[in-house]
Amino acid sequence: MLRVLARIGGAVFVLWAVATVTFFAVRLIPGDPAEAVLGGPGSMASAEALAAVRREYGLDQPLFVQYLDQLVRLATGDLGRSYALSIDVGPLVLSQLGGTLLIATLALGLAWLLALALATWSTRGGRVAWYLGSGLEIVAAALPHFWFATALIVVFSIWLGVFPPISTSGVAGLVLPVVTLAVPLAGFLGQIMRESLLLALESPFVLSARARGESEAGVRWIHAVRHAALPAISLSGWAFGSLISGAVVVETIFARPGLGRTLLNAVTSRDVPVVVGVVMIVAVVYILMTLLTDLASRLADPRLAVRS
Amino acid sequence: MNADVRDPAARESAGPAPLVVHNLRVGFGGRAGGSEVVHGVSFEVAAGECLAIVGESGSGKSVTARSLLGLAGAGSWMTADRLELHGTSVVSSTEAAWRARRGKSVGLVLQDALVSLDPLRPIGREIGDSLRLHTNLGAAARGRRVIELLDAVGLPDPHLRVHQRSGELSGGERQRALIAAAIALDPPLLIADEPTTALDVTVQAQILDLFREITRRGTALVLISHDLAVVSHVADRVAVMSEGRIVETGRTAQVLADPAHPETRRMVAAVPADRPRGTRLSVPHGVSERPISPSRPAEPTLPERPVVLERPVVLEATGLVKGFRRPDGTRHAAVDDVSFTLVRGTTLGIVGESGSGKTTTARLVLALSTPERGDVRVLGQPFTTASVRERRRLRASVGAIYQDALGSFDPRLSVGQILRSAVAGPHGTRRATGTTRVAEVRRISELRRVAELLDGVGLPATVLTRRPLELSGGQRQRVGIARALASTPQILICDEPVSSLDVSVQAQVLDLLDELQRELDLSLVFISHDLGVVQHVSDRVAVMQRGAIVELGDAGQVFGDPRHPYTRRLVRAVPRLA
Amino acid sequence: MSGDIRLPAADAAPTPLHDRARRFTAPEVVAGAAALFFVLAAVVPQWVAPGNPLGINPLSAFQPPSFAHGFGTDESGRDIYTRVVHGTGSSLLIGAAATAIGLGLGIVLGTLAGMFGPVVDFTVNRVLEVLFAFPGLLLALLFILVFGPGVITATIAVGLSTAPGYARIIRAQLIAVRRSAYVEAATVQGLGRTQILLRHILPNTLAPLFVLATLGVGQAIVWAATLSYLGLGAEPPTAEWGAMLSAGRTYITSAWWMSFFPGLFIVLIAVTATVLGRSLDRRLRHA
Repeated sequence: MLRVLARIGGAVFVLWAVATVTFFAVRLIPGDPAEAVLGGPGSMASAEALAAVRREYGLDQPLFVQYLDQLVRLATGDLGRSYALSIDVGPLVLSQLGGTLLIATLALGLAWLLALALATWSTRGGRVAWYLGSGLEIVAAALPHFWFATALIVVFSIWLGVFPPISTSGVAGLVLPVVTLAVPLAGFLGQIMRESLLLALESPFVLSARARGESEAGVRWIHAVRHAALPAISLSGWAFGSLISGAVVVETIFARPGLGRTLLNAVTSRDVPVVVGVVMIVAVVYILMTLLTDLASRLADPRLAVRS
Repeated sequence: MNADVRDPAARESAGPAPLVVHNLRVGFGGRAGGSEVVHGVSFEVAAGECLAIVGESGSGKSVTARSLLGLAGAGSWMTADRLELHGTSVVSSTEAAWRARRGKSVGLVLQDALVSLDPLRPIGREIGDSLRLHTNLGAAARGRRVIELLDAVGLPDPHLRVHQRSGELSGGERQRALIAAAIALDPPLLIADEPTTALDVTVQAQILDLFREITRRGTALVLISHDLAVVSHVADRVAVMSEGRIVETGRTAQVLADPAHPETRRMVAAVPADRPRGTRLSVPHGVSERPISPSRPAEPTLPERPVVLERPVVLEATGLVKGFRRPDGTRHAAVDDVSFTLVRGTTLGIVGESGSGKTTTARLVLALSTPERGDVRVLGQPFTTASVRERRRLRASVGAIYQDALGSFDPRLSVGQILRSAVAGPHGTRRATGTTRVAEVRRISELRRVAELLDGVGLPATVLTRRPLELSGGQRQRVGIARALASTPQILICDEPVSSLDVSVQAQVLDLLDELQRELDLSLVFISHDLGVVQHVSDRVAVMQRGAIVELGDAGQVFGDPRHPYTRRLVRAVPRLA
Repeated sequence: MSGDIRLPAADAAPTPLHDRARRFTAPEVVAGAAALFFVLAAVVPQWVAPGNPLGINPLSAFQPPSFAHGFGTDESGRDIYTRVVHGTGSSLLIGAAATAIGLGLGIVLGTLAGMFGPVVDFTVNRVLEVLFAFPGLLLALLFILVFGPGVITATIAVGLSTAPGYARIIRAQLIAVRRSAYVEAATVQGLGRTQILLRHILPNTLAPLFVLATLGVGQAIVWAATLSYLGLGAEPPTAEWGAMLSAGRTYITSAWWMSFFPGLFIVLIAVTATVLGRSLDRRLRHA
């Protein structure tokens, strides 16, 4: 019970710290925020307009008051208004969240499958399979999203015409973005899984199982794979974070609506409230994911629960 | 032990022998020549009989054992004139045929069940797997059988245990569960590879009893071990393996009483229990071919040790207390009011089972951790309560060697660098402030001292350029001793210094420590879980249990006439040559 | 059996393993050659590709790969092979600088956490936790939002977002070394805190950093190129790989080679870094 409370406290602390860091980071941006609201320095806004904006956004208050005000608003779920789009950030960000979560979750699942398949296959065959497996993993892990996505579009959309280059709402439109995100991650996870799979296959408990008459498939699926999955499970929180950041690239290339594209547009147009909103949402998602990962790790490895 | 009860002829009529091996060869990689590691071994085991295969690491005993289940390992090959399990030839069995036999006609018990049972699965599942693979029993029936099995191997509360994982059980309980998994289908042949090596002596004795009971029921047992003393109580016959061959085989009592092969003699001589202080354990090269009296193996006695009377106390520990906080918040005293003294030129043995507080005591004595109460005095001066500067000065008088010699060396450094830095001492890094000539003189004297140390521990100068990782276990421990002696200490704290060494290497290291003690008038604190070793090396012995010293006295008295019930239990469990 | 065996077989030294660890494997040799090529391309690009990376020749625009132009030409007829080779220097420099920044910050944070007691450790760990809540590019994007796009900010941004990972590894390594048996053995020998720090703790903590740095350069190059591709780092017509890819995006339907080859170099350099980093790791562990 105490541990659960401590975890929740920790999560609240991280959210507060993220809010604080972003609040003060944003104040470091040179130039007048009020001017930014009205379209930047080039807009030649009148003094009255500027004053009105300052009042509307609370920019005429002392910094500390603004900070507390922001915290209170964040706590009540109010993320402010977009400079560029003149709409509330909260609903905007939430409406974009679904698309990103969908491709990130699908990509995580696919990456897991690919990594597991590659790891089990490459530890099964001889030296050739081993070299090929580890080579594929290294190359996959080195693939930049933007290049891999481009290559997929050239081959599957332009040459073969199988999948649309621009992500439509259908299932076909999901394939290329999800593959783009999944393959590099599968490279990372595969390296880790293969190492722990090899370790598990050489361990005495596998020898014990074989001595009981367990088949090769039984050894792998009853014993070894579970051990191989442990480190990859505990990395899934991190993996999800990296997928969300990968979504920035993928959503831009495939012109998919989502948090990533919203974030990139907001950064290029310096739409501060939207950036802050996306960062906060991502932090919440990330924290939830790490909590889930911890829980999954404990379920998969009862030793963890005993030890701590 | 009870071999005499059984009549070989009666067994013959009972059916085919559970195991017949003739000219078994096992190798790795290509079939041609050099890769062979087992060079044609032959033996057979009758029902209810226990054959012990004894040898040091690398002798091929484990590979032989695993070949009997067709599990020698990846890339291995095997040939034999005969290899029969319960009357069926398995020389050219397919993998599927092997699988059908494993667990059913031959079971395997490995060392250390913490890793030999899947740590992620409840033991009930692990044991039930044998039943699932070889019988048609339903899940409920399997569950009942598993509980029966756990009960049969003497695990208390089997209903609760089936749901636990190997990490939640004690060492002995785990080993029992592992045995239960191996005998689930009551195979006529059981192979046990070092089944008691990681266990405390009292637990080891219980597990050996269990094996004895299993053979009494008619199961044939092949017991693989590096320790002659351990197997001598269980085995009807012994086969000694060395470099992939069985060099000697015979009835246990006969082999032990009259070892014919030099390798056997060396192993018999290396058993430290019941061997008086100062007798050599290792057989020196060159004398190994000399016939040895049947009653007692090689015993070139060393000069009589000086009578220890009225010599000064060099180390004094008073009322040491050190506790730890358990994860659940309760306090647990790892060391509870421990006091002892060490007299110059003598050895104090500290013996106890795992968790008894031996190692914590060593760390307190070395001032690596601070006691909550009590103090340690070195050469009459305060050590634990001294200022940092004063303690560093006194550290020159206290050397230490460790169980994990390899881990105690900086992995980046060569043996030469390790020893030179030890010789130079704490102030060695300061580059010579005087003239280059002074530095040169110092460099030469340091090198000479390193050479002296190497010579003292019996290592060739060629090891200087090697890293400890490239040395053997025995060589590493010798480097550790050389480093400890670099500052010419009067006291040497030895924390399980021979526990991870082979018996014959252990014998060499123990002999070396004994020689050094005489030569340099060293005072030793010798910590070990192995009563045989402690009995051999100690003048006085402290027995620890749950953080406290329960008995402290002269070695002769503690081992000959133990007063405390725990000591009595321990002493009874010491593996001796039967 | 002969009686003149020097050491029993049981006590044989484990030498074969080391011979195996020292030998170069085929992938290592290939990666070494590739690394040599990249270094040459970075330092003396005119030796590897004699042409002018900015030389416009509208007559030979959009040519697919051929003998004359191995990687084809772009919309202004510039030779892509020449441009890719001349872009190696800036890509490598950005990658190295970003890694240096990330590793430097990581060392500071990791050392603080690992060396200065539980209070500092707790504080630094909370800071790291907060930084981890800006996963991947997010920290970089926030940094660029504040300081504006450009090569230098992109480089710092990439360094910044890799720092928490490095810090965590360095902290773990420091703590492992400080608790190691050899540091205790040095204490027993009478060495002081400073001596132990200089002789044992620092060298054993720093050695793995070479591995981290090698592995990190590859990833940093990928990230920096990503920022350039998104228009937040280097800008065309600079011969930076990410920027080249970004420019090629417009012509993706007709001239795939404009995007393909710069990206191929990014992949190759990242793979080279991974293979070399692992080889270094293996050697450090076993040597």
